[in-house]
Amino acid sequence: MKLFRIRGGVHPEYRKELASEKAIVAMPLPRLLRVPLQQHVGAPAEPVVAIGDTVGKGQLIARAQGAVSAPVHAPTSGAVVDIANLTAPHPSGLPQRTIVIESDGRDAWAELPPPIEDPLSASPREIARRVGECGIVGLGGATFPAAVKLDLRSRHELDILVMNGAECEPYLTCDDRLMRERAPEIIDGVRIMAHALGVDRVIIAIESNKPQALESMTRAAAGVANLSVIGIPTRYPMGSERHLVQALTGRETPARQLTADIGVVVHNVGTAHAVHQAVRYGRPLISRVVTVSGHGVCEPGNVEVPLGTMVSELIAFRGGLTEEAPRLLTGGPMMGQPLPSLDVPVIKGTSGILALTKEETRIQPAQACIRCGSCVSACPVGLVPVDMVALVRKDNLDEAAAAGVMDCISCGSCAYICPAHIPLVQYFNYAKGRLNAIQRDEQKRDRVKRLVEARAARMAKLAEAKRAAMAARKAAAAPPKPDPDSPPAAAQ
Amino acid sequence: MLTAVGSLAMLGVTFGTLLGIASRYLRVDENPLEAELEALLPGSQCGQCGFAGCKQAASALAAGQAKPTLCPPGGRALAAALAERLGVSVDLSDTEELEPEVAFVNEDICIGCMRCLQDCSSDALVGGPKQIHTVITDICHGCGKCAKVCPTEAIEMRPVPITLANWHWHKPDPRQYMN
Ligand code: SF4
Ligand code: SF4
Ligand code: SF4
Repeated sequence: MKLFRIRGGVHPEYRKELASEKAIVAMPLPRLLRVPLQQHVGAPAEPVVAIGDTVGKGQLIARAQGAVSAPVHAPTSGAVVDIANLTAPHPSGLPQRTIVIESDGRDAWAELPPPIEDPLSASPREIARRVGECGIVGLGGATFPAAVKLDLRSRHELDILVMNGAECEPYLTCDDRLMRERAPEIIDGVRIMAHALGVDRVIIAIESNKPQALESMTRAAAGVANLSVIGIPTRYPMGSERHLVQALTGRETPARQLTADIGVVVHNVGTAHAVHQAVRYGRPLISRVVTVSGHGVCEPGNVEVPLGTMVSELIAFRGGLTEEAPRLLTGGPMMGQPLPSLDVPVIKGTSGILALTKEETRIQPAQACIRCGSCVSACPVGLVPVDMVALVRKDNLDEAAAAGVMDCISCGSCAYICPAHIPLVQYFNYAKGRLNAIQRDEQKRDRVKRLVEARAARMAKLAEAKRAAMAARKAAAAPPKPDPDSPPAAAQ
Repeated sequence: MLTAVGSLAMLGVTFGTLLGIASRYLRVDENPLEAELEALLPGSQCGQCGFAGCKQAASALAAGQAKPTLCPPGGRALAAALAERLGVSVDLSDTEELEPEVAFVNEDICIGCMRCLQDCSSDALVGGPKQIHTVITDICHGCGKCAKVCPTEAIEMRPVPITLANWHWHKPDPRQYMN
């Protein structure tokens, strides 16, 4: 298959070999599971259990709220012992509503929805509904509710489903292992998704640094019509949705639009595995494969972890940390986020937990920009980081926005390549956060303005009505004009 | 039938003319500058500038009777925008950037007197007589009027809480980046 060139990108040190040869192992069930209500993009889920309730494994404990949201299920059987605000696995270290479940050790399934018989002839709606009910979100890290991205038929003309097995972030190997070990299940999920979307072509794209995954997926896909498994060049950020689509189809997604607008839907291979589980067995998303890696952890590996397991327990399961204070990240080293502490839970979007030693992290004091232009050639979006950072530094945010900072995908290629170690992407993350906050403020101001006007109008009407009522009362109360010629009863 | 149409048409013409004349004589001077300035102001009619509302503040600005820094919730950005529109220079050094605040009702001391409800220009307070009131944070613009009228001091102004939904990265330490 002919591939198209994409712009920019870098070749970081992949260090995948730390974990890539370690088969997926199951994490022993922890005693307490802390399941946050927001593990997805969109509105947080709403608890449907109370403290003291007993729950079965896979039972719904919080339902989705609104069109873009995802429900949350009990990762094991036991009792709800608390619903509290606990630290989120988020760089801010802010608290988040979390349901705490104490395992009863039996790990007994609740009653699950029945399998969908013959899903390849089921209605797309039924499949999307099942995927939604099972709380499946994009497992590549974006955590967008998968059902929303399966129910696009009505609004978009779609022709291609791209399955993202690029896994272009260094260190991460969870998708690689899943593709090597569970290819038939993934292919089944992919076929169900393709059917739901009504596309006539499926491309499974895997970076060529994963030959075994390529091979096992190709084998599992043999004989499936209109489905191709292809190796793509290893180049970061190949796994970015719009870049993957461009490399495969030559179609460029316009800024601030979705790939669906150009007829392509992208799902992660791990998501397909979860769809298979949901459709064939009625099993909700209650565990995921997490890569634990970095020289800061004793035994790197790939672990199937019940959601809600503490990162500290997961690290302990991999033999603990090798040094006092390594740098802890959730996700890969390029786009991953620092963890506030080890006492946070693994959630649906946790693709990796990395403990990086000082030698592995590349934090160095920044120097002056030498205007080498490396960042410009590295940026896959075609932005000019060197100019944008100058604007952001001076808090010239409007101009930074005009220069395209909102189109930055935070891939970190510019900061990676910069010989002066300027924290470029950190500046852009700050600028995007500020600009979003300003936009939210503007929206609030508009809403307040409308409400104030509505209230003023209501008050004016009320005052008017009061005045009218008063006048009427006065008129009624006033004694009829003395008229000697007619009897008072005739007066109206 | 014809008479009916004719008389209605007559009525229409007469009233139309009358309205036309009336509007000419009773015209309110719509100063375009005032309207533009008012559009820049927050429009929450909070009165923190000392005028009755944003419209009055806009008139005062247009007439040169108020400084571009008059609007506390607008902060520096608004002061700069107003100054630019008015074509004046402005010293922003002592314009305070106010921490955005929202009202918070202490439910233990609220007696449900409804006074704050009457003062909130955006209907951000909800509650009935003798019922504990509460604030809809999303539409409270933080003017603090409710806190002033509350007889039991149940209302407190607090900084807008930082949550996972509105948190964002701070600016990298400038010392890390020497240029
Ligand atoms: S890569 Fe770094 S040093 Fe080179 S131009 Fe960009 S910001 Fe400047
Ligand atoms: S982080 Fe943003 S600016 Fe830097 S290379 Fe990636 S997309 Fe371009
Ligand atoms: S501070 Fe009080 S009066 Fe002002 S907007 Fe908020 S709730 Fe309404």
